Amino acid sequence: MDTLLADLKKQIVEQLNLQDIKPEDIGDDQPLFVEGLGLDSIDALELIVLLQQHYKIKLANAEDGPKVFHSVKTLADYIRANQPTNA
Amino acid sequence: MSAPVYVAGIGIISAIGNNVAETLASLETSRAGIGDINYLETIHRNKLPIAEVKLTNEELAIKAGLQHHISRTALLSTIAAKQAVNDAGIENFSALRTGFISANTVGGMDKTENFFSAFLNDNKKGKLRDVVNHECGSATEIAADKLGIKNYVSTISTACSSSANAIFFGARLIKHNMLDVVVAGGVDALTRFTLNGFNTLMILDQQFCKPFDENRKGLNLGEGAGYVVLVSEKVAATLQQKPYCKLSGYANANDAYHQTASSPDGKGSFMAMSGALKLAGLLPTDIDYINLHGTGTQNNDIAEGTAIKRLFDPLFPKMSSTKSFTGHTLGASGGIEAVLSSLSIKYGIIYPNLRFHDQMKELPFAPETKFLKNQKVNNVLSNSFGFGGNCSSLLFSRA
Amino acid sequence: MITENHYITASCSINKHIVSKNEKTVFEIRVGTLHDFLLSIYHLFDFKYPKFYKMDNVCKLGWLASEILLKDSFAHTDYKPEEVGIVLANANSSLDTDLKYFESTKDYASPSLFVYTLPNIVMGEICIRNRFKGENAFFVQEKFDANFVQQYVNNLLNNNILQACIFGWVDVLQEDYNAVLFLAEKKNHAGSIPFTTENIENILSKN
Repeated sequence: MDTLLADLKKQIVEQLNLQDIKPEDIGDDQPLFVEGLGLDSIDALELIVLLQQHYKIKLANAEDGPKVFHSVKTLADYIRANQPTNA
Repeated sequence: MSAPVYVAGIGIISAIGNNVAETLASLETSRAGIGDINYLETIHRNKLPIAEVKLTNEELAIKAGLQHHISRTALLSTIAAKQAVNDAGIENFSALRTGFISANTVGGMDKTENFFSAFLNDNKKGKLRDVVNHECGSATEIAADKLGIKNYVSTISTACSSSANAIFFGARLIKHNMLDVVVAGGVDALTRFTLNGFNTLMILDQQFCKPFDENRKGLNLGEGAGYVVLVSEKVAATLQQKPYCKLSGYANANDAYHQTASSPDGKGSFMAMSGALKLAGLLPTDIDYINLHGTGTQNNDIAEGTAIKRLFDPLFPKMSSTKSFTGHTLGASGGIEAVLSSLSIKYGIIYPNLRFHDQMKELPFAPETKFLKNQKVNNVLSNSFGFGGNCSSLLFSRA
Repeated sequence: MITENHYITASCSINKHIVSKNEKTVFEIRVGTLHDFLLSIYHLFDFKYPKFYKMDNVCKLGWLASEILLKDSFAHTDYKPEEVGIVLANANSSLDTDLKYFESTKDYASPSLFVYTLPNIVMGEICIRNRFKGENAFFVQEKFDANFVQQYVNNLLNNNILQACIFGWVDVLQEDYNAVLFLAEKKNHAGSIPFTTENIENILSKN
């Protein structure tokens, strides 16, 4: 079950071209934006694409972004809560 | 170098009209050109509003005197540039030193993206003639040929400030006595490439845009072309009709903040506007109307608004975003808005900012919401701020 | 209008897998893709600027050339932000990235690729890095018109629109690339040469 956090970290590093950073160096609760990883608004949009591509979740409101993408943990929680179930 | 540069002719085609007369009628009756997608083939039909020129490529080709398989960009450019040259009515045009400075961001992309789709599926498919005019410079050369301009032809591509930059570059060429007449402005046609790209940046409004409104949600893309014919004082003296106005100031600065966003304190916008005022030797209180960049995005409007607050407080001139009519025409916007600014001075008119309801809470001013006539319009500031932090302002004054 | 003397106080070129500063080779690598070559320059100079990784090849090339151009040759503190500007040109605009972005639209259009589908973003990147806020211009030309650019930049300096200007050519299309940048200032440092079309063309012809 907790491979989700590790998977997400790998996907984030890949999708956002964070070549100087190793996935395991990203803390579960580390803020992704502003401080912490220092991501910007374009990175946020790429994370929205990541949600769609890998997890089939569509984030319709860009305003929800800051809450959902606050850290890898909040992102994982959001995915678990919203992942479409396979009927 | 203080030789004046005059606007002797104008030409325009956009979602609100295929020429100056149609454009003015739409502005006067508050008829925006934004609506459902009719001409562009895209999955976003019935989902996203855009502002299309209401003519097919075949119809545009007839107006332009070109073949219909030529890129829509080149067709729109030729139509508007020809209008401007005819409007200026310069009798010995071919004997003068003439230039064409045109801007666009899309080039022949409308054709190339169709070629590409066919070609990717099967590399024996796709018409090569669709890619022959892909580069930005190609659209410029096609129009220049039609205008008979040979002395100097150049293409500028700096995103949404492209045609404003083309216009003041043209003015410099005249001021330095390198050319007598310059047709300057820009064009862009709608493409799936651009629509999908802006959609992925999440800055499109799914409804009709509301520039400078507290509840604005983004921009609507548009297409079109706008050109002015700039002339030296010597040529202006030979004209049958009085010039529309003169280009008295201009400036360009880089915001140095982000690739696709403006700094929230509006530093780049502030520098562009104050630079234009300085060159013209005018004060903020001399400005009668600001044609805002006003795309309707959260970011642009607060950045531009903050810069205006800093520069003009406490006396704010009338202002509006005509993108509420034409949509954001990208590379064409500076050119189209230069045409509208020239008309504003000539006829003493001020355009409304459509669909405005609630003043932005950070700003102590609101845009104009009615079409006004019989106004004293002596100086107009026109803003164009592009991706890459490229910020330009043009200042037009009564001649 | 006073015509002052202006100087080319530095130059940098990156092409054929060779990096030169002031016409001396500083780095060379025989093999590798453009992507790998640019990465190796970045690591060699230890630039420590993570945003580099997000840039497209035009921006990486232009940004690296500007970093090397300015390194040890430019005193930021001598100028106010609005006194330094950039004038660039190329033939292929942003076509290299346009193609990659277009590919991405088959699955999900990539916002980070779309951001780079404009040729002038490279100037934005250089300005963001250095806090330059002066005038920028980007021209699309078949080949570098040294006379035109010299006149344009000279005009900016003569009229005090700028006090210093980075200018040159930055072009990429897949594995074909070429960057030649120059720094024009009003000061005469040791080793600087007069800012003339002839001197620009001399340097260009050696690349």
